[in-house]
This record gives sequence, C-alpha cells and structure tokens, in this order.
Amino acid sequence: MNIRKYLGPLNKNNPITVQVLGVCSALAVTAQMKPAVVMCLAVTVVCGISNLIISLIRKTIPNRIRIIVQLVIVASLVIIVDQFLQAYFYEISKMLSVFVGLIITNCIIMGRLEAFALANKPVPSLIDGLANGFGYGIVLIIVAFFRELLGSGTLWNYQIIPASFYEYGYLNNGLMTLPSMALIIIGIMIWIQRTKESELQEKQ
Amino acid sequence: MNTDSNKYVFLYITILVLIVAVVLSLFSIKLQPLQKANTDIEKMYQILTAANYKNISKENVINQYEKLTTEIIINNDGNVVSVYYFKNNADEVRAFNLSVAEEYQKAFDGKTDYILPVFAVKNPDNSITNVIPVAGKGLWGPIWGYVAIASDGNTITGAIFDHKSETPGLGGEISTEKFASMFEGKMLFNNKGEYVAVKLVKGGILNSNIDPKHGVDAISGGTITSQGIEKMIHDCLKLYIPYINNKL
Repeated sequence: MNIRKYLGPLNKNNPITVQVLGVCSALAVTAQMKPAVVMCLAVTVVCGISNLIISLIRKTIPNRIRIIVQLVIVASLVIIVDQFLQAYFYEISKMLSVFVGLIITNCIIMGRLEAFALANKPVPSLIDGLANGFGYGIVLIIVAFFRELLGSGTLWNYQIIPASFYEYGYLNNGLMTLPSMALIIIGIMIWIQRTKESELQEKQ
Repeated sequence: MNTDSNKYVFLYITILVLIVAVVLSLFSIKLQPLQKANTDIEKMYQILTAANYKNISKENVINQYEKLTTEIIINNDGNVVSVYYFKNNADEVRAFNLSVAEEYQKAFDGKTDYILPVFAVKNPDNSITNVIPVAGKGLWGPIWGYVAIASDGNTITGAIFDHKSETPGLGGEISTEKFASMFEGKMLFNNKGEYVAVKLVKGGILNSNIDPKHGVDAISGGTITSQGIEKMIHDCLKLYIPYINNKL
C-alpha cells in the first residue's frame, strides 16, 4: 500500500492552508499550545473513527439519508470526546468549551466522509481521516506556537522568554492573544507554502 | 436489497439511533463519577479563592477545604438549620450539595421554605470569613460566583465569578481575577445601615457620583452581563441579611 498517497493533507492538500476549511476553530483555540494540541487530537480521533465507521457501513447506508447518518455518527463521537475531556482533562475542556461541540459542524470531517469514506475501503478511510485531522492539527499547533510565544512569552505554560529580557524593556505582544492575529499567521503560512509549491499557484 | 425503500430507511435509522443511544448512555454512566469529582474540586477551589486562599494546587484543594471550611445551612429567618464539618458528622445534609440556583429561585418566587448555604472559612488569624454562593443570569446563560464577607457582616473581602456561555473577551471577563479583585473592600451597607450592595457602574466608578465603597467598574461591551452580576449580588445577598443581623 502506498502510504504517500494519503499524506497529501499534511502538505499539498492541507485542509486549512489549501482547502481553507475549519478556519473558525483554528482562530479560536490557538492562543495557547495546550488547547491547540488537545483540539488536534480530538479532531484527528473524530475524523479517523468516523471515516472508519462510515466506510464499514457504507454499503448499507440509504443514499437519501446519508448526511443524517453521517451527522449522527459524528455527533455521537464528538459527545464521547467531550465527556472524556470533562472527565480526564477538566481544565482543558473548560478552555475549549464550545469548540469541542462545534467539531460536529467542522467541514473537514463531513467533507472527508462525503468525498472519501463513502467510496473507499475501511483501512484507507481510517488513514485518510487521521491524515486530514492531523493536517488540520499541525497548522493549529504551528499557529499556537507563535501566538503563545510572542503573546505570552510562554510555551505549554512554561516561561520561555527569560525575565532579564523584560528588564531590558521587552514586552509581550498582547495583540497575539487575539484571534485576528491567528488569521495573519495562517495567511503567512499560506504565502510561504504557495511560494514553495508551484503546483498550488494559479495560472494567469 | 433496495436500500432506498421507505421501509428500509425507517428501519435503518431506528436501529442506528438505538445503538448510538446505548453507546452514549454507557459512556455517560461510566464517566459521570469522574466528572462530578472534577466539578466538586472546582467548587472547593472557588470557595477557597473567594476566601483569599489564592493559588492552591489542585491536589491540595480537598485537604485544605476539609481543614478550613465549615458548611452551614440557614433558613429564611437566618437561623442555622445544620452545621457540617469534615470527619465528624458525616450524616448531616451538606450545604456543599445544595442546588443554590433552585433555592434562590424558590425565594424569588415568594416561597419561604427555602434553605441557603454559608461556607465559613477559617482565616490564618482564626477569624471567620463567610463565603456566600450567588447565582443569576447573564446574557447567554447562567452566571454564578462566591462572595466572601468578613466577620463584621459588611465588608466584602473577596469574590470569584464564573459563567457558562458569556462572550469571551466581553461578558466572559467576569471570570478573570482582575474583575473579581475589584470587589475587595466594598461594603454591603451604607453609613445609615441601609442595604445597598455593589453597583456596576457604566463608564467607570471614578466618573460617577456613586460612593466608591458601593460600586465597581462595569465591563465595556458586557452591559447585560454586568447588570446580571449587579442584580445577582444584590438579590442573593439580600436574603442573607437576617443571618447577618442574627449572627454576625
């Protein structure tokens, strides 16, 4: 099996920087590394498992109600993830609050179910789901890295920028903690990616 | 098999929903005790924070709470109905488990059979701070908090607020330490002994003619949440006046 075929979401077919899906939550949960990593895991798990389940039952799903069936599966997985976070990662579940619930409406997941899982075998579907979830999450983590480092001077809540810097007049950029700066970082990422990958550039 | 016939569609969705319901209930039952433990720790943490025991580590919360807190239940006349402290009278009804919002609702509906909790937290100098839970409505959903009142029955020594779904950055600011710390040192009663509580002043307390002992700055962009906080503190603490007059 050619694994490279499925790694498109990590680069040339990235859900956020190329397909521009799931940007809303990417703005909201990236002020710190911790919620971004948890969100990455949550979306990867939900996307992978829902792809697997839908692919397993794809031949039995009545075509007329397939979106409803997909929603039911995704919504129950999200509820399980949410309950799980509340039980084992209470602090983070409070930080992520509504955004875990909103994974249900994340277009990446529905998109992969419609475009891939309904037409492919279970194992490729699982890999495709995991790869897409992770492709989404990796962007979240990169954005969160810059926002937390420049906005709060910390990473994973540990102080990175030494206190002596502050004595010489270094200031945290408070703007970085606001969602709008995530959009600018994602914009810069898209710029760099398009400069490097000639395939992604539109022909004039 | 014709997967598009009505019969098949109905049967399919019914079975699917049943399976999902069973799976979800199993998860919910399994995880509920852990979730309850988390919310309990959070509650103890908030009570202690309101009583100015700041930055207790999560592992220490239960220990500290058991050591410092006596839970008291009072009735509508301000008389003590039950007292509970740890490792002593475990059969007693605990103020900790009272549904505060429900009891307040009873009181606001004009009923008199309500009971209210008071958390008496021992200070390092052995005096007692009375932490009173408050509950009310914000813009989008419930807001709640704890207000600590010194043993003079008048001075607010600390507060903490939380919310379910207020807008982050606007109304959601009520859960920050910065907002809660503004309540320290405010008074419930004015010089004549009348109950005024604390107003949230739009445009800032410095630009108004309200006595700074009875007002704090409202949140810009969070008018309805601010009004909710003001009403919540005023209405809830009012019910404790008999207790304050009786006991403190």
